[in-house]
Amino acid sequence: MTAVLEARGISRKFGHVQALDSADFDVFPGEVVALIGDNGAGKSTLVKAITGNLEIDAGEVLFDGNPVTIATPQDASELGIEVVHQDLALAPHLGPAQNMYLGREIMRPGLLGKLGFMDTGRMRRGAADAFRDLGSAVRSVVTPVGEMSGGQKQSVAIARSVAWADRVLFLDEPTAALGVVQTQNVLDMIRRVRDKGLGVVLISHSMPEVLDVADRVQVLRLGHRVATYQAKETTIEELVGAMTGALDRREDVA
Amino acid sequence: MSNDDVTNAPAPRSPDPVAEQSTSLGATDHISRARDANRNAAMDVGDAQGPLLQRLKGMQSIWILGVLVLITAFFAIKAPSQFMTGDNMINIGQNLAIWAVLAVGMTFIIITSGIDLSIASVLVFSSVVSALTMEKMGGSGWSTAAVGTAVALVAGLLWGMLNGIVVAKAKVPPLIVTLGTMSIALGFAQIITGGLDIRSVPTELQDAVGYGRIAGIPVIVIIALIVVVLGGILLHRTRFGLYTYAIGSNEVSARRVGINVDRKLIMIYALAGFLGGLAGIMTLAQFGTTSIAGNSLTSLNVIAAVVIGGTSVFGGQGSMFGTMVGLFIPAVLQNGFVIIGVSPYWQTVAVGAILIAAVYVDQQRRAAALRGGK
Repeated sequence: MTAVLEARGISRKFGHVQALDSADFDVFPGEVVALIGDNGAGKSTLVKAITGNLEIDAGEVLFDGNPVTIATPQDASELGIEVVHQDLALAPHLGPAQNMYLGREIMRPGLLGKLGFMDTGRMRRGAADAFRDLGSAVRSVVTPVGEMSGGQKQSVAIARSVAWADRVLFLDEPTAALGVVQTQNVLDMIRRVRDKGLGVVLISHSMPEVLDVADRVQVLRLGHRVATYQAKETTIEELVGAMTGALDRREDVA
Repeated sequence: MSNDDVTNAPAPRSPDPVAEQSTSLGATDHISRARDANRNAAMDVGDAQGPLLQRLKGMQSIWILGVLVLITAFFAIKAPSQFMTGDNMINIGQNLAIWAVLAVGMTFIIITSGIDLSIASVLVFSSVVSALTMEKMGGSGWSTAAVGTAVALVAGLLWGMLNGIVVAKAKVPPLIVTLGTMSIALGFAQIITGGLDIRSVPTELQDAVGYGRIAGIPVIVIIALIVVVLGGILLHRTRFGLYTYAIGSNEVSARRVGINVDRKLIMIYALAGFLGGLAGIMTLAQFGTTSIAGNSLTSLNVIAAVVIGGTSVFGGQGSMFGTMVGLFIPAVLQNGFVIIGVSPYWQTVAVGAILIAAVYVDQQRRAAALRGGK
């Protein structure tokens, strides 16, 4: 099986800072890959670089084994790759349905559609179905998302990305601001998305969460992938060691 | 030695904080029950309430509509025989027709979190070049009026596009851009005319549009009504309107989903300029003259009306219905004060106070909504 998305030797400099130093990354269909690393290890930068939100200095990206150029978020979307950004990027005055379909509105058929009239009912029903599928706590598809709780906002952002991602879903710290129940909800959503056959990439600081939901764990340090583990066969100890570099030193000693 | 790092790290797997916390609360299945409840609860898809009611619910325009009803009731009780007459209502309509046309464009702009201070200068400039053109053509006849109308509309459109291009492409704040074009457009109007108003407006235009009535309603009011209804449909029913809200609500997210924000902004400012041109030709039809010096406060009054109507200067929020309510408050006050013999200057005092009160109440309401988390 080929990786649905693979990055090879991605490098990116900001001034004198080498944010990504020949970083590799891969995700297969139907698996959850956790991308972990200490602050500044380059996790978010790598995701931005792969998904067309940041230019890269060197390296290549392969989609289904074929080299592709992803220069804009729209390029990524066309390949079925979506990102849930840390800042969520929702329009707070619009409802969940409007946010979910923003930029991809369903238009009315015929002349009305050409004049710019939208099929609001279909979009609302579509959004309601999507939230139900994900077990989301969102109760209304018309209440402005700015008036919702952090967990509900998060599930709107995830539902929006899931709705359009056919192949790969990136989630940048999706549970950082959430309580216990909401966190479990998001992890459940992640499992459901994986079970649909998508590759899911989870960036997280929470080791228990990573081991709970991920199939594989890839560790970044100083802009480079230093280790890949099967989640079932690794421990928090090992992951933290790889993140901080403690394991390298131990290997050196050995 | 170097193993210390590793041994001090949290022990593997078993002390899963999530699991631990929930069991210690004796609430593992509490969580799953909560989640099941979430899954099974009914989803509000906005069908239960009528679409109009849905939009109006909790909007500032409902509160401000109450104010308008109170003001109207007050004058109706004070002077029933003069205030609540068809003629007087038509009078009010005539007084606010031109402002209403300007306010439609202004509503779109303010929803994008922009502002247009230049709209009255655009009106003046458009009416000046239109009147000059019609003067050169002999100053009478329908064809002259048609050309004059086209000139006014194009002039307004071009000023609007200029505003939009500088705002969207050069990233100069709208307040500064339109403060500049306010000055420039008015300056050109004064240079062209030497500061003297032009009175050569075809009588056909004045008779048909300025004084004309259809079924007893002034044509000028009908034009304004059509603009308002079309503007409302464009804002509330089409993708263009949705993108207007999206840009004002979160421009970054609008760009991320692939909306061409720059192009939309230029179109919105161009629309406002075009309506400024339309208001220019309506001025000529209604008054038979340009009014170079008579519009110094028009832009600000239109902005005040839009904001009183619940459109947020921070963007993302507002409605055409609210704007109409916001327009009627100054117009009804002015009219009513004259009728009951209070100095009409009190109108400006009252409108200023209502503006501040309206925004204060709106902010309190929004803060309460955020605190409630719902």
